[in-house]
Amino acid sequence: MADITNQSLNEIIENIKTKKVSSTDLTKAYIKNIESAKKLNAFVTTTFDKALDNAQQFDKKPNFDQLLPGIPLAVKDLFCTENTKTTAGSNILNNFIPSYESTVTKNLWDNGSFLLGKLNCDEFAMGSSNETSHYGNVINPVGDQLVPGGSSGGSSSALAADLTPATIGTDTGGSIRQPASFTGTVGLKPTYGLCSRWGIVAFASSLDQAGPMTKTIKDCAIMLESMSGFDEKDSTSINKKKEQYSKNLKDNIKGLKIGIPKEYRVDNMPKEIDELWEKGKKILIDLGAQLIDISLPHTKYALPTYYIVAPAEASSNLARYDGVRYGFRSKQGKDLIEMYEKTRSEGFGDEVKRRILIGTYVLSSGYYDAYYLKAQKVRQLIKKDFDESFKKIDAILTPSTPSSAFKIGEKTNDPVSMYLNDIFTVPVNLAGLPALSLPAGVDKKGYPLGLQLIGKALDEQKILNIGYAFEKNCGFKNEIKKWWS
Amino acid sequence: MSLDKEKIKHVAKLARISVDEAKVESLTKDLNSIFKFIEQLNELNTDKVKPLTSILNQSLRSRKDKISDGKIREKILKNSPKENEEFFVVPKVVE
Amino acid sequence: MSKEKFDYFIKGEKGKYEVVIGLEVHAQVLSKSKLFSGSSTKFGADPNNQVSLIDSAFPGMLPVINEECVKQAVRTGLGLNAKINNFSVFDRKNYFYADLPQGYQISQYKNPIVGEGKVLLDMPYGSKEIGIERLHLEQDAGKSIHDMDPSNTYVDLNRSGIALMEIVSKPDLRSPDEVNAYIKKLRSIMRYLGTCDGNMQEGSLRADVNVSVRKEGDKNFGTRCEIKNVNSIKFMQMAIEYEAARQVKLIENGKEIDQETRLFDTKKNETRSMRSKEDAHDYRYFPDPDLLPLKLEQRLIDDLKKSLPELPDKKKERFIKEYGLNAYEANVLVSEKDISDYYEEVAKLSDKKLAATWMMGDLFAMLNDKGLDISKSPISAKHFAELVQSIKSGEISGRIAKEVFEIMVESGDNPKKIIESKGMKQQSNPKELEKMINEILSKNKDKVDQYKAGKEKLFGFFVGQVMKLSGGKANPQLTNEILKKLLKG
Repeated sequence: MADITNQSLNEIIENIKTKKVSSTDLTKAYIKNIESAKKLNAFVTTTFDKALDNAQQFDKKPNFDQLLPGIPLAVKDLFCTENTKTTAGSNILNNFIPSYESTVTKNLWDNGSFLLGKLNCDEFAMGSSNETSHYGNVINPVGDQLVPGGSSGGSSSALAADLTPATIGTDTGGSIRQPASFTGTVGLKPTYGLCSRWGIVAFASSLDQAGPMTKTIKDCAIMLESMSGFDEKDSTSINKKKEQYSKNLKDNIKGLKIGIPKEYRVDNMPKEIDELWEKGKKILIDLGAQLIDISLPHTKYALPTYYIVAPAEASSNLARYDGVRYGFRSKQGKDLIEMYEKTRSEGFGDEVKRRILIGTYVLSSGYYDAYYLKAQKVRQLIKKDFDESFKKIDAILTPSTPSSAFKIGEKTNDPVSMYLNDIFTVPVNLAGLPALSLPAGVDKKGYPLGLQLIGKALDEQKILNIGYAFEKNCGFKNEIKKWWS
Repeated sequence: MSLDKEKIKHVAKLARISVDEAKVESLTKDLNSIFKFIEQLNELNTDKVKPLTSILNQSLRSRKDKISDGKIREKILKNSPKENEEFFVVPKVVE
Repeated sequence: MSKEKFDYFIKGEKGKYEVVIGLEVHAQVLSKSKLFSGSSTKFGADPNNQVSLIDSAFPGMLPVINEECVKQAVRTGLGLNAKINNFSVFDRKNYFYADLPQGYQISQYKNPIVGEGKVLLDMPYGSKEIGIERLHLEQDAGKSIHDMDPSNTYVDLNRSGIALMEIVSKPDLRSPDEVNAYIKKLRSIMRYLGTCDGNMQEGSLRADVNVSVRKEGDKNFGTRCEIKNVNSIKFMQMAIEYEAARQVKLIENGKEIDQETRLFDTKKNETRSMRSKEDAHDYRYFPDPDLLPLKLEQRLIDDLKKSLPELPDKKKERFIKEYGLNAYEANVLVSEKDISDYYEEVAKLSDKKLAATWMMGDLFAMLNDKGLDISKSPISAKHFAELVQSIKSGEISGRIAKEVFEIMVESGDNPKKIIESKGMKQQSNPKELEKMINEILSKNKDKVDQYKAGKEKLFGFFVGQVMKLSGGKANPQLTNEILKKLLKG
C-alpha cells in the first residue's frame, strides 16, 4: 500500500473501515513520520506507547460505527490531557500533568480516536508565528526557515507534514485560520460557544474557540462533528442539537449570496493577495453564487479593539499561574510577593509578559473607560456591522491573511507588524462568528495562500458547503517535498 | 498618551511580574508603539454606544444545588511545587 | 415606657464628635454546594478536602452558577425590602493572594443582584431606619495559616468559592449600640429566611466596618477608614470605639486622616494600618467573560416573594395586636424564629401575657445558663403551657411554680404530674385558709395588737406565718384578702 499518511482523514477512515489498514499500522506509520521530522519541532510531547496500546485495543475489538475509528491524533498543547503533560507552550507549565481531559479532546476520543502527541504552539496561544513558544520555533514544512503561522503552528506544521491525519487548534484572533493559510490546509474557527472551552488553557475567554485543522473540507466536517457539542460545564456553551456536518455536506451552492466587504482591501496589500481574492470570487460565480458588495465600516478598528480586549482578559486569566498550586515556582523569593514576581517573570516569555502588562494597564484605575470600555463599545459596532450585512447575504469571502508565510525572525522585533498578520481574522472572533480558511492558491514563491469564508452564527454547515464546492473547483494541491527527513 | 518607565514598573507590580531594569527601556518602546496603534480607537465617537456585555444572546445557565465535586485532595495537591499531603505551601506572607 | 435620647458622641477637647459608621457584612449563603462548583460547603472538613479543580483554579476550569445561591440572594433582598435587579453582572476583582487561587474573586461590581433596601432597628430612643445600599453575590477566599511553620504559610482552600452575600449599608449607623442592633436584626432576618445561619464563630457572618467622625452638626462626612474582616459584634464595637477616638485625636491635633484599610488587633484592642493592602486596591474590575449576565424572570422573583415566611417586623406587629404584648416583649419574642414558634405554641394553650413573662424570665434564664438554643429546651412548649395555665388558674403560686419548673428541667415530666405527686397544689379553699389564719392570729395576739395600733409592717409577718404553716401552698391573693378582713375585725 502507498504511503497512507498523505491521504485525507476521510480516505484513511475508509481504509480502516474496509480493513485495508489496521489502526496499529496506521499509528506506526505516523510515529515513523514524526520521528523523522524532529527538525520541524512540531511536537512538545509524544505519547507513542499509549497510542500503540490504544491502536492495538482498537484492532482487537474494532468499532467501525464511530466517526473516528482507530484514528491517532496529535492535538495542540493547549488542551489539557489526562495524565499527559500539558504546557501551553510555556515554561510556567513545564511540569504540569492534568488529572482531567478537556471536553473537546474527550469528545474526539469518545468518537474512536486517541492521542498521538501534544503539538507545539505559541506560549498561551499568544503569537502569529510560533516564535513565542518556550519549546522553540516550529518550522513550516513549506520551506526551511519559514514560520508555520501561529498560534497553532505545531498543529499546522504537523498536519501539512503528514505527522497527524487531522488536528485541532484554538483560535482567539486567527490562530487556526492564519497557520492553515500558511501551510495550505483547511482551518475552521467555529461559532463562539459551539465547542466547549472546558479544559482548554484559557487565553481570552470571550474570544477563544477550539476548531479543526484538516487537509480537506470533508475532513473538517468530520472533525467538527466529533469535537463540538453542548457542555454543561461551560456557561458559554450553546445548548443545541448536534449536527451531522459530514453527512449533510453538499456541493451545490447555486443562488447563495456572498458578500465582498470593501474594507478588506487594505493599503499595501500584496498584489498576489488581491489576485487570489479575485480568483476566489470567480470560482464562486462559476458555481452559481451571487456576489454582493458590502461594507463593514468598523473593520479597521477590529485589531486595536482586539489588542485591548484580549490582553485584558489574558492578564486576569493568567493570574492563576502564580507558582502556588502547580507548574513552575522560582527558587528565588523569600516571601510570597517576591515568589510571585520571580515565578511569573521567569515562567512567562516576553510576549506573554508584554500582553499581561497591556491588559493590566487597560483595566487599571483611571484607564478602564478610555481603553477597556471603549473597546467593548467598538466591539458592539463591529458585531452590528456583521449583523446588518448578514440580513442580505449568506456568507462573506475575504483573504485569510495579508501575506504568505514569512521568515523566522522577520517580524519578532516589531510587535505591531506581527499583530497586523491577524487583520482579516480578528473581526470574526470579536463578533463570535464561524469562519473557514481554505487553501486557494500560492504566491510567486510558491507559498500557499488562503481565502476566508465567514458565516452567520451557527451557520457552519453553510460555509462548509461553500468550501466543499470551492475545493472541488479550485484545483489547489499542496505540493510539499519532505525535505526534512 | 505615553507610558513612562515608572508607570510600566507600577503596572508590572500590579501584575506581579518583576521586570529587569535592563529590559525596561525596550519594553517601554514596544508598549508605546502598541498603544499608539491601539489609540486609533480615539478617532471613533462612541458616546452613544452601549458596550458589549456578551457575544452570546442568552442568559446565564445555572446548575442545581448538589454536592458533585471535592474529596480529590490528592489530585489537587499532586502538582504543587512544594509537596505536602494536606496543604499548599508558600513562602511566608508578610502582612 | 419613656424614651431615652440618643447620646453617643466622642468628647474631644474642642467639642463633641458624631461617629458615622457603614457596614459591609459578608454573610455566607446557606447552600449545599459552592457558588460556582459542586464542592461541599460544610464547615470543619479536613484541609483541602472540599476543593474541586475549579475552586483551586486549574487551567481551563470554568464556573457554572448554583441556582440556589441566586435564589437565596433574592430572598434576602426581598427580606430587606430591597429592589431586585432583573439584570445583574458578575465581575472579576483582580488581586494576588495565596488563598485566592484564580488571582481574582468573582463578585458583582456595577450591576449587583439586589439594589437599595432598608432595615428597621428598635433603639431605646425609638425606631431607626438603616438604608441598604446593595447586596451582591461573591466568592469566598480560602484560608492562609501562618502559624504552622516559621517560614511558610499553609493554604487550605475548603472555603474557596463558597457563596457570600455582601450586604452594604448606607453610612446611617451612629454608635456601637446601633451596630449591635443592626447586625442582630440582619442575622435575625436571614435566619428567618434560611439564607444564612449567622454563625459568627464559624465565620458565616463577618463585616468590614467603615468609620469616620465629624463635629456634631456638621453636614459633610469625614475621611473614613475601613476596618477589615471583623468577626464578632463585640470586636466590631471595640474597633469602632478605638478607631473613632483615634480619628478625633488626629483631627484635634490638626492632622489629616488617611483613607486606608485597617486591621483590628483583638489582643491589643487597637486598629492598625494594613500596609500590605496598599498597592492592592486597584482591583481592575471587569465583567467575567466566563459568565453571561444574569437575567432574572419577574415570575421567579414573584414566586420567591410569595413563599417568604413572616419576617420579624411583621410578626412583631402581629404579636402586639394578637397577643396583647408590649413592644419590648414582642421584640424579644420575635428575635429568633425558633423563639417565636415556641411562644406561639405556648400562647395557643395558655394565657398569652403570662406565657410571655414566664418565657422571658425563667425559661430564658435557664436556657442561657445551660447554653442551649430554645430548639433544644428540656421543657417542651406543651409542658410549659401547662405550667403557665396552672399558675393562671391559681392551682399553684408563682413561688411553687418556680419549684415545679426546676423539677421539669431535671425530669422532663409534665407539670401536672409533678404538682400532684409532690402535693404542691395551692391551698385555695377560703374556709380552710380562714381556719389556719385564725389559729395564727390567736397564737400571736401581741403582734395583732401592735398591728392594730398602727404597725402595719407586721402584715408581712402574718403572711410569712401562713406560708410557713401551709408549706408555701397557701394562695397568696386569698391569704391577703382573708388576713386583711380578719385583722380589721
